[in-house]
Formats: sequence, structure tokens, C-alpha cells
Amino acid sequence: MTGKYDKVAYYPGCALEGTGHAYNRSTKALGDALGLQTVELENWNCCGAMEVKNVDPKIQTYLSARNLTIAEDMGFDTVMAPCNGCYHNLKKAEYDLAHDPESKSVNERLAGKAGHRAYEPGHVETIHALDWIKQGIGEEGLKAKVKNSLKGLKVANYYGCMYTRPRHIFPEKDRGPGSESTLKPHFMDDLLEAAGAENVEYPLKTSCCGGAHTLSDSDTSTRLVLNLLETAEACGADVIATECPTCHSGLEMHQMRAEKVFGKKTSVRILYFTQLLGLALGLSPRKVGVHENFSDAMPMLKQKGLAR
Amino acid sequence: MTEEYPHVGDVMARLGVIAATPREAARSSSLRLVPELLQLSETILETWLSAHGAEPTVRQKEGFRLLALHAQAARGEPSFNACRETCREIVFQNNVVSAAGDEDQRERAFRLMIMVVRHLALFVSGKLEVAGLGEFCCASRPLRQPAAEAAATTQPSGV
Repeated sequence: MTGKYDKVAYYPGCALEGTGHAYNRSTKALGDALGLQTVELENWNCCGAMEVKNVDPKIQTYLSARNLTIAEDMGFDTVMAPCNGCYHNLKKAEYDLAHDPESKSVNERLAGKAGHRAYEPGHVETIHALDWIKQGIGEEGLKAKVKNSLKGLKVANYYGCMYTRPRHIFPEKDRGPGSESTLKPHFMDDLLEAAGAENVEYPLKTSCCGGAHTLSDSDTSTRLVLNLLETAEACGADVIATECPTCHSGLEMHQMRAEKVFGKKTSVRILYFTQLLGLALGLSPRKVGVHENFSDAMPMLKQKGLAR
Repeated sequence: MTEEYPHVGDVMARLGVIAATPREAARSSSLRLVPELLQLSETILETWLSAHGAEPTVRQKEGFRLLALHAQAARGEPSFNACRETCREIVFQNNVVSAAGDEDQRERAFRLMIMVVRHLALFVSGKLEVAGLGEFCCASRPLRQPAAEAAATTQPSGV
């Protein structure tokens, strides 16, 4: 353990209170099992997500920045966001406030109207749940706590798009050894390997799933997801590990839709990396919210000796 | 643009034929088929560029025309970077096939390359249908501001 992220502000975001609740549950359970403390932001608001950013990105910057102000006011210099969308938006707000005077001015004006202090860039570091475990615990620390190795489980790691794009808002990535790569991300691979899993070579780990158009152009999304699923199966994966509630829901929902609309059935299961790590630490499937996933992973987990 | 496969749909059809190559045949013919996969990938990007009134470059980037075509397509269109890694992965698998020491490894990379080319075709054909694909996420750009809205709803010519 590095002690770096022993206690962080926790920003779950809206999805983790809805369709991504299993991710919320498993992230908290994993933190408890690893001795990492999370303190949820008080009175947090939406990061601006897709909807506000589509209407006015500067309002999205303000909404994300307000959460950073809350973290700072609570005495934290680090906020952990497990959702790729939230993580991306908080990082984008940090970048825009540091580089775009108009964004800074709008943020100050809206913060003034709302009656709170405006966030100044550089005061709070936004990290993803992957950074939290990888840099707070590390592979060796994780190995030491594994009670139920993921040995025999073949995993395709899917990072989605917003964890690495656009590259300029992630200045800490692509810094050589030890840092995350935007071309071939590996933090999730590293952690799951430390827990005993066998990572398969998955060539589509950051490829588009059409998530943003899942309702407006469902067929495109379904076809993209189907190719992600079929490729994972062709790579020999039992499971696709995810680290974003939007990716996760998209993969699960379009897996069902692909069968219904295109008659294409795939059997690869979809689990959050926090669920897999939790199982490796000896937590029960219920404790990490496997029952909350749409896709039923229990038969596969039982077969692999990871559930009873 | 290649006359043989003028549309992304034709590329998809050809990919289906290549993907159906029996295992034994693929083991012996992957080296021969991989240049065609690379060419099909180029055709996909050529289709996008032509549909947007651009002359597809004949230059290479890092030894590959595919990467140069991607760079050309992404210029001024940051959402096109949503397929940047996909293009680089195609090049990577191409290199693995070329450098593989045994036929099993070569055949495996060949199969993966087909899946990745298919993803590129799906992404680009999806983006030809809905220009906003990749906008809000990979480009981190708004879709519903007047200028962006106009761009997102304008269909390219020739589609």
C-alpha cells in the first residue's frame, strides 16, 4: 500500500445511483475490504453529463467545478469518480478552467449567483477508481489480500472511450512507465492479473460502443456492441470487465438487443472490475452486487469457483 | 477509392467472406490476405473522406497509408479520433501477422485483424449515418449549440 489515496472524496455521480448501482456497491465494498476510505461529497450535483454538455459546455464546466469546490471545502485534495463520464467531465472542467478564460469567467459568475466560492484549478486532483486501486494499493498490495484467486477466469478488459479521450485533458497519462496509456490502457489489466485473472489480448479495449447514440440510433450501437462482444469471445474471454456504468449498461442491454433484433446470441458475461476484484478478495457475489447486473453471471461464476 | 469496394457495405460483405475462410486455409493464406484487409481499411476511410469532399491522401504516416488517412480525416474533426486506436490496432495486427513466428500466432492475429477492421467499418458507417457519433464523448464537443447542431445534422454528399 502506498498510502496515497487512503482517504478520498467520493463522487458517485447519477448513474451509480441508478443503472450502475452495482458499481457503486462494489466500489464501496472493495474500498472497505482494502482499507481505503471514501467520503461521499455532500450535496453533490450532476457533472453535466451528456445532456448539459450538449446544450452548453460552459454550464457543464460550472456543474463539474461545483463538485470540486465541495471536495475542497470538505478538506480533500483528491476526488475519486468511478464513472468514466463523471471522471472525464471533472477532468475537462479542470482543463477548461486552467486554459479557457471564458470558462473561468462563466464559472465565477454562476458560482457567485449560486452563492458559493468558485473553484480555482489545480486545487483538487480528480482520479478514476482504477487510479485509486492501482496507485493507492498497487498490484503487490492487492495480491497480498487475495483470498479467492480469479485463476482460470479469462478476461477482456474494456475501457470505453471517455477514460482516455480527448488526450489533452489527461496530462498525467502517457508519461512512461507507471503511468496509464491512452493508446493501450492497462491499469485494469494489471489489477485483474494481480488478482489471478488471465487477461486475453483484446484489440478493441477503447473502441467506440456507440453509447451516446444508444437511443437515437440503436441499431448502430447494437452492431458496434455486438462486434465488441463477438471479438471478446473470439479472444477466448469468459468475461468483459468494465469500469464505466454507461459502457456496462450499453454492453448488457445491446447484448440482449442483438439477440432479439439480429438473432445473434453471445454468451460472454459483463462484470465491473470492482466486482471481480471484490470476489477475489473473498466478498460474496451479493456483496458486490452481481444480482444487480442485467446479465446473469452467476452460472459462470459458479463454474469458475467464484460463487457458491 | 478502390472501384472494387466503393461502399462500406461492400467492405463489410468482403470482410464476411474473408472471415469465413476455414481455419486451415487461413493458416496458409493469412499472409496473402492481410494486405487486402489493410486495403479494405483504407477504403473505409477513403469513403468517409470522399463523402466529405476531400481527396484521400496517398501519403503514408509511420509507414502506413491507413494512419495518414486517419490523420487527414481527424483534422478539424476531433470526434474521428474515436477510431484512432482502432486504426493503430489494425496496423499492429498487420505487423503481428507479418512478423509471427508460427502459423497459429499468425492465424490468430489475422482473425483479430478482421474483427478490428469490421469495427472500423461499423464506426465509420455509423458516423456517415449520424455525424454526431463520437462528438460529445471522444471530442468532448457539444451537439446542441447552433453551429454544432448544423454540422451534426448535415449529411455528407454521396451517402
